[in-house]
Amino acid sequence: MTRIYSLAILIAGWALAAALVQSRLLPGPLTVGTTILADLRSGELPFQMACTLGRVIISFAIAMILGIAAGYAMGRSKTADRYADPWLTVLLNMPALVTIIFAYIWIGLNETAAILAVAVNKLPNVIVIMREGARALDPELDEMARAFKFTLLTRLRHVTIPQFAPYLAACSRSGLSIVWKIVLVVELIGRPNGVGFVLGSAFSLFDMTQILSYAICFIVLMLVIEGYLVQPLERRANRWRRRPA
Amino acid sequence: MQTAGDAAPLELCIDSKTYLSADGTPVEVVRGLELRLEAGSFGALIGPSGCGKTTILRIAAGLDPDFRGEIRTPGAGRLGIVFQEPRLLPWRTVEQNIRLALPAGDSAADLTELVDILGLGSHLARYPGELSLGLARRTAIARAFAVRPDFLLLDEPFVSLDQAIADRLRDELVALTTRTRVTTLFVTHDLDEAIQLSDRLFLLSDRPTRIIAEKSLPPPRGKRDKDVVASIGDEMRRLVSQVAG
Repeated sequence: MTRIYSLAILIAGWALAAALVQSRLLPGPLTVGTTILADLRSGELPFQMACTLGRVIISFAIAMILGIAAGYAMGRSKTADRYADPWLTVLLNMPALVTIIFAYIWIGLNETAAILAVAVNKLPNVIVIMREGARALDPELDEMARAFKFTLLTRLRHVTIPQFAPYLAACSRSGLSIVWKIVLVVELIGRPNGVGFVLGSAFSLFDMTQILSYAICFIVLMLVIEGYLVQPLERRANRWRRRPA
Repeated sequence: MQTAGDAAPLELCIDSKTYLSADGTPVEVVRGLELRLEAGSFGALIGPSGCGKTTILRIAAGLDPDFRGEIRTPGAGRLGIVFQEPRLLPWRTVEQNIRLALPAGDSAADLTELVDILGLGSHLARYPGELSLGLARRTAIARAFAVRPDFLLLDEPFVSLDQAIADRLRDELVALTTRTRVTTLFVTHDLDEAIQLSDRLFLLSDRPTRIIAEKSLPPPRGKRDKDVVASIGDEMRRLVSQVAG
């Protein structure tokens, strides 16, 4: 309930400011709301959001798969860690914009380059977290699984993945927020569609109504994904933690 | 008489087992250890703390292939093991912990009887974090027996339990091993406990460990008088001091 009040106050403040300023550069909530509705009806907004969401999902998946594999290898093998650590440091400190420009110049202004650029930006973050996860794997449980001859699948599902769960949750949450932000930049620079592209062209026209309507829809979408997908998954993974008996 | 396959004795021949300590110097833990345990009998390894009992057990379990020597395990080699710490999966319930160890074709086996003997019936749906140490140990014992092992290893499974609970668990262990006639190797530093439980005693020396005395005890196990236990204990201590002196 408090959340709803707090949001209501924010919107009321916005409406008040817009009413006082009376400028094209600060449209009120009502103007923005009607624009959102119109764009929803015309299908323009869902289309652009779907483009962005698609890129988010694919690059997120690529970064997670590669990052888990690399992080696991580096956490388990000292040799792998020694060799790959300098690369990781380079990747971690590479500005997102540089990666994006490299990708567009070397691969071309296409979808592959866009998705790859986002994935590469998120990758080191996943590796760092999963490496810690792999280092924290309990050798005693591993031994138990070997003694009872658990199959590979059982071991993964019941021994390894539950131990990784908190790390997976951490890097999917922090990673998702990185991906959202970088996807927009990638779209702004070199894609003919998606929320980033729309925001870019609205910016060149100083069209604040459109910028606000897309930004708000985008934030709402993120909150929905966070609240209805990420958090429930996290709760499920933590079910076993000590609860009042 | 040796019948095909399932009545083979346990034979452990460890010529030498060395590991590298943290500062890189090799430490010899076991040297010239030879142990033979008849099929279906209960053997106890007794030795001072830190003499390498757990090392021997890990080698017998096939968890540590890095030694010179030879091991022959009884039967088809289906192993049940109870570690010093219960080593349960905290994110799985008691029942899942027991069932996960079952061989693939056997995962629907009826556990009612085993669970009743160990008094776990009302705890099957709980998570290990909600259990007392005594119950967690019972779960670990149930897991080891559930696989219907040909070969059972127990590593000080009753330490840090209070006396009454340890006594009850010992009785349960005697009942289960008598019923299943599984070849069992039990590690302890408590001579009285070993005398109470076993058919055969193996006394270990300090590092590098070998067997300095062994003795067969007359049946029945588990129901020996205090006086009998005390007199066997004295006899064993004399034997040890002779060897040491």
